[in-house]
Amino acid sequence: MKILLDSGSGGRASHRLISDVFVRHFDNPALRRMDDAAVLALDGPLAMSTDGYTVTPLFFPGGSIGTLAVHGTVNDVAMMGARPRFLSCAFILEEGLDSGILERVVSDMAEAARRAGVDIVTGDTKVVPRGACDKLFITTTGVGRVFADPAPSGHSARPGDVILVSGAVGDHGLTVMVQRDGLSFSTDVRSDSAPLADMVEDIVRSAGEVHVLRDPTRGGLATTLNEIAEQSGVACVLEEAAIPVHDSVRAGCDLLGLDPLYLANEGKLICMVPEDRAEAALAAMSRSSYGREAALVGRIEAAERPRVELCTFMGGSRLLSMLEGAPLPRIC
Amino acid sequence: MDLSLPFRDPALCRSLLDALSRELDAFGRPVRFMEVCGTHTVSIFQSGLRPLLPANLTHLSGPGCPVCVTHDSEIAAILEAAGRPGVIVAAFGDLLRVPGPDGRTLRSVLAEGARVQVVYSPLDAVKLAASCPGETVVFPAVGFETTAPAIAGALLTARRQGVRNFCILPCCKLVPPALRALLEAPDESVPDRQERIDAFLLPGHVAVVLGLAPFRFVAEEFGRPAVVGGFQPADILSALCLMVRMLREGRPAVGNTYVRAVSEEGSPAARQVMDAVFRPADAFWRGLGRIPQSGLVLRGEWADFDGFRCLGVERKETKPVPGCRCGDILRGRLTPDRCPLFGTVCTPQNPTGPCMVSTEGSCAAWYRYGGR
Repeated sequence: MKILLDSGSGGRASHRLISDVFVRHFDNPALRRMDDAAVLALDGPLAMSTDGYTVTPLFFPGGSIGTLAVHGTVNDVAMMGARPRFLSCAFILEEGLDSGILERVVSDMAEAARRAGVDIVTGDTKVVPRGACDKLFITTTGVGRVFADPAPSGHSARPGDVILVSGAVGDHGLTVMVQRDGLSFSTDVRSDSAPLADMVEDIVRSAGEVHVLRDPTRGGLATTLNEIAEQSGVACVLEEAAIPVHDSVRAGCDLLGLDPLYLANEGKLICMVPEDRAEAALAAMSRSSYGREAALVGRIEAAERPRVELCTFMGGSRLLSMLEGAPLPRIC
Repeated sequence: MDLSLPFRDPALCRSLLDALSRELDAFGRPVRFMEVCGTHTVSIFQSGLRPLLPANLTHLSGPGCPVCVTHDSEIAAILEAAGRPGVIVAAFGDLLRVPGPDGRTLRSVLAEGARVQVVYSPLDAVKLAASCPGETVVFPAVGFETTAPAIAGALLTARRQGVRNFCILPCCKLVPPALRALLEAPDESVPDRQERIDAFLLPGHVAVVLGLAPFRFVAEEFGRPAVVGGFQPADILSALCLMVRMLREGRPAVGNTYVRAVSEEGSPAARQVMDAVFRPADAFWRGLGRIPQSGLVLRGEWADFDGFRCLGVERKETKPVPGCRCGDILRGRLTPDRCPLFGTVCTPQNPTGPCMVSTEGSCAAWYRYGGR
């Protein structure tokens, strides 16, 4: 079956799509009522985040646009020291899309939401003429209660903090690139798409004082650290040898002239804590199945000009600047 | 297992750095070296080797990035081809950001409706053509002796498989003629030896194909040591050590420290494929201008694959960019930070000159990694 323009008309065809696909998979009391809006009960300071998802291909080893649409937004909310609870989702579908593909995506989203402990409580679907979008786009918005006090923020890195990452970097970015362009090498790379809310809760409770939590998605570790360095007016000094990178990712990057520090991650976080809290935070990360390769990778130093510096394995140093545009493979 | 790991061993690198310092002290005067390979440029910055090099060794980046030296007029021709109806341009990724004389790039014409596809190998472009019989797939043939054999191989495949809707825009360049041009350049502006390049670090990838013979003139005619080096820090350091030793002993020669990949005779098979399809011709290099016999054009019997001919695209004369000092930078007369446009007018986001356009360009590497 193909998705037709009728499926987004608001009439019977829309209703069939909503009840047969969305409500069936996302089922929860708020959604089942099918009112104009979901009525939620949440108190205290709230964190809210929204994100649009477009990715080619829609499915890749380790995840899909569906898992990204849940994990990406859930993780953004979690990085504020919050427990994500509810998601909204809006679909833009291309006329002629195979309904089996939509079903797979929605089923991935439902499974990801269950694992992340969030309900998808409201949504919308539009169908656009063939060619007006690429198969399907998803936008999700998430809300959750902030439990950390004070809440972590990119502005709160201080000299003396250490920089922790929850695992190996670059897996997602390289996976999507390899899949998209049909490259025949590095077949064992997998996206790290994963929900991090449980890990965040454990980190905040175990370490007590957490200054910064960020998920290094697009632009990778290097770009996210540059953002934090600028927001906090500090220098991030990294030890190259300490940064976890899987061998397959390193080999793929060598071949394509890419730097894993600039590739996207979808299930990793950067955490900055005072040095005496590092052990507790690392232990919390390692308790999560998504944080087994967590490592201390650097330190925050005072600086006149914000910068990210990498001490290379051979004792030299270089600057890590922000990503300029999408990483492109090189010629030779 | 990562086979390059031993060549990044910190202890090995430190002992090579010590050996390099001792050689330099024994030689007794500061030296200026140049590499002519973008991968060397990036490796030296990326590994953090640059700030560790002894103070009496100045290391310069020459015309070693194939994307950077692709001439304005060639980029303009590629963009013109992309604008033709029924054309799909299949290009290497790093070509997408290179600006033509009017500031447009393959990436920007993509937004205007042109069809541009990133490919990882020229063979992928032939496959694309075979799967789109109604379109013409144009592959901009950019690169040095490293990529030229693969491009030639793709043409052999296209002919064998009867793929007729495929052509290339031949823009490949040859490294040895460019080295000769650097060495022969009249240096009125640099009368003393302070600006002279004492020795060359030769490109490992190019030497895999060419072997050592095409580089002998550097030592025999110009008396400068030239050493082929690999791309890991220990490879580069051992090549630099050999270059200083040759200077110290007063015995300039062509050496090879990348023996695990480069043999004396190179790859005759690769050269044979390249020679079957291409012949040398004069070529224009961005920043350096016309260099005799430094480019590759298609041989007559391959003219039906020549995109300039098939599409009627021409290389039109272009004007140099005012203020841009890339020519001096590629010749090693200036470091990127001394160019008045560097980092202000000319940045990786908005490159003015060739050395800023590709990640392997010397200005781009200097900008990104904080050169000093």
